Amino acid sequence: MLSKEQLESYWRENRNLMVVVLLVWALVSYGAVLISGLLNKIVIFGFPLGYYMGSQGALVVFLLLIVFYAKSMDKIDKKYGVEEE
Amino acid sequence: MVDQSFVERLKKVYAIYTGGLIALLILLYIGEKLFNLSPTFIGYVFLFGTIAVYAAIGVISRTGKVAEYYVAGRRVPSVFNGMATAADWMSAASFIGMAGTLALQGYNGLAFIMGWTGGYVLLGVLIAPYLRKFGAYTIPDFLDARYGGKIPRFVGIIATLLVSFTYLVAQVTGVGIIASRLLGLPFEVGVFVGLVGILVCSFLGGMRAVTWTQVAQYIVLIIAYLIPVTVLSFKYTGNPISQISYGFALQGIDQRFAQLKDDPKEQEVREVHKKKAEDLKAKISGLPATWEEGRRKLEDQLASLPADDPKRAEIEKQLKEYPKSPEEAKSKWTEAMKKAQEASKPPKSYTTPPTDVKGMANFLALTLMLMLGTAGLPHVIMRFYTTPTVREARTSAGWALFFILLLYITAPAYAAFGRYEMLNLVGKAFSELPDWVQKWAKVNLITIKDLNGDGVVQFAEISIHPDMIVLATPEIAGLPYVIAGFVAAGGLAAALSTADGLLITISNAISHDLYYKIINPNLSPSTRVKIGKALLLVVALLGAYVASFRLAIIVELVAWAFSLAGASLFPALVLGVWDKRMNKYGAVAGILVGLGVTIAYLIASRFYGFEIFGIKPIASGIFGMPINFLVALIISRLTPPPPQQLQEFVDHIRYPKGAVKAGAEE
Repeated sequence: MLSKEQLESYWRENRNLMVVVLLVWALVSYGAVLISGLLNKIVIFGFPLGYYMGSQGALVVFLLLIVFYAKSMDKIDKKYGVEEE
Repeated sequence: MVDQSFVERLKKVYAIYTGGLIALLILLYIGEKLFNLSPTFIGYVFLFGTIAVYAAIGVISRTGKVAEYYVAGRRVPSVFNGMATAADWMSAASFIGMAGTLALQGYNGLAFIMGWTGGYVLLGVLIAPYLRKFGAYTIPDFLDARYGGKIPRFVGIIATLLVSFTYLVAQVTGVGIIASRLLGLPFEVGVFVGLVGILVCSFLGGMRAVTWTQVAQYIVLIIAYLIPVTVLSFKYTGNPISQISYGFALQGIDQRFAQLKDDPKEQEVREVHKKKAEDLKAKISGLPATWEEGRRKLEDQLASLPADDPKRAEIEKQLKEYPKSPEEAKSKWTEAMKKAQEASKPPKSYTTPPTDVKGMANFLALTLMLMLGTAGLPHVIMRFYTTPTVREARTSAGWALFFILLLYITAPAYAAFGRYEMLNLVGKAFSELPDWVQKWAKVNLITIKDLNGDGVVQFAEISIHPDMIVLATPEIAGLPYVIAGFVAAGGLAAALSTADGLLITISNAISHDLYYKIINPNLSPSTRVKIGKALLLVVALLGAYVASFRLAIIVELVAWAFSLAGASLFPALVLGVWDKRMNKYGAVAGILVGLGVTIAYLIASRFYGFEIFGIKPIASGIFGMPINFLVALIISRLTPPPPQQLQEFVDHIRYPKGAVKAGAEE
């Protein structure tokens, strides 16, 4: 069983990771929307970047974020020995 | 542990199933080409064929065990739970409506694309793994265990029922509409067929049966969604991957819009719309006298015509559709006036974000509430109780989003192609419109009227229903009827799978949370399952009964469900995990105030024209949600901290070790 300090330190690592993930989450969605007028000036293969972010770009980043979080938590779980048997 | 041999067996079963599906498609295609099978026959094969398969899965998965019935024995591997969650989540609105909304609204429609996917990040990071560790059956279970007592549970039941029931009615309505379109059945018969379709999937096996049919339904809906747009993409660009090929259409649309802005013929038609809007405005301000007058005029006209005049039928129809009361006239005419006002404006650029502050605020608020609502919808969260481990709950959120993205990153391509094709109609003579226009005009999904009488189609003369885009793409792409029928089967699968998830969520909230946990805790496991099944039947019948009225408000209510869930359950769940100091006073007050504020703003803005910062009713949770968080935090700090054992409970759910194992329960 984990001691109180270990548990707190485990949770702190999880929380920091959560903050990073949600920061990127907010940037690619809300941040990109706010400057989408500017981004639209960049056109790649016919796609204005601002529109592209909202229609597909942000979505792909969402998926990568979940995968990144799951993988990172696996490592942290192992580090503290709290993974499932 | 994840049972690998079980995973292998599942893969084999669903691979065979997918192969069978494709074989059926090819067989029907050959039948259509060689033996001229009628569209109705093909429609029946799809309708009853797919429902029979779902029913077979439902029968095979029958169970009387509590853990199997409520959480599929917690045996669902993350990939399959991802597929089931995707089907559970994507309703008829995602499948049929979303691409059309995007086509009609341009950039503004992206709020739905981002909003309905971004919530999975919140689910996967903030909520799902911890609920799985806790390892109960429902959301109210969690609120009870975390906050202690019957009151948090009861508040959770109220929020669950409020959010889920309207959603269920909308899905049953969707099934009725699809069945009636696919086979030309009356709407009520369609609802009944849908009811049977929903019950066969859930009645015998509860969550276990729902899970395995949802996986099967996902496979149908995703293949059906991808075929038409892939062919259309190939036709336009030579590139079958529609998700990356539609850039040319985006460019084409905006170029065409820029040309049409100053076109004199377009301006002429816009003037017609403007005049119509002004006339309606005058009529509305003259109510109720104008309503009386309009009806009398029609009646006089009818009376003046001889009994065998062919014009009589037309006037009789108009009289039948005439508003029944001045109030109805007001709402009908206001709607028509808004539509005419909208049509009288020049087209906006398709890819440009809202340029005014209010438009931007609405866009951001709506996106946020859709995301938070997604992460707070009980029928979605429930699915994460079913994975074998906490680790799988985390990855399952990723798989769910992956399977959802297959459809969601395709929707913008559908939308752009659809819009592009509509613009191709502009400048054509009315006599040379393609066949599909005539066909869909018959069911009022597209209306083209020569408003300025020049015999040529102007953009402002075309009005389309959002559902048109996905439904008409097979014909626009020149595909055989088999594909159009299959698309309808896909829409049916989307509506049925969501309805199943909702049905079981609602019946569990009543049978497990209300009856067993609050009213009568002395029930044997087998009685609990029996009561659950009985309620499933009652709730399904009630849902179908309400759906049979076809209330116009239902579609709106579904959009509101996101604001309600995001402003009530989402904060209570997140704070329950991430704020150890949160107690029952804070959580309950937060939920109640959040719900109250959201409902008050909904009603005030929808029915009384009240607005703060131009926020529309659909995003009303943007007020209730922060107030919920704030009230919860303040009240919890003013009241005693949660007792020792609840604080230990929070510690316990924060790490994966020691979670309930798959198949370990009764």
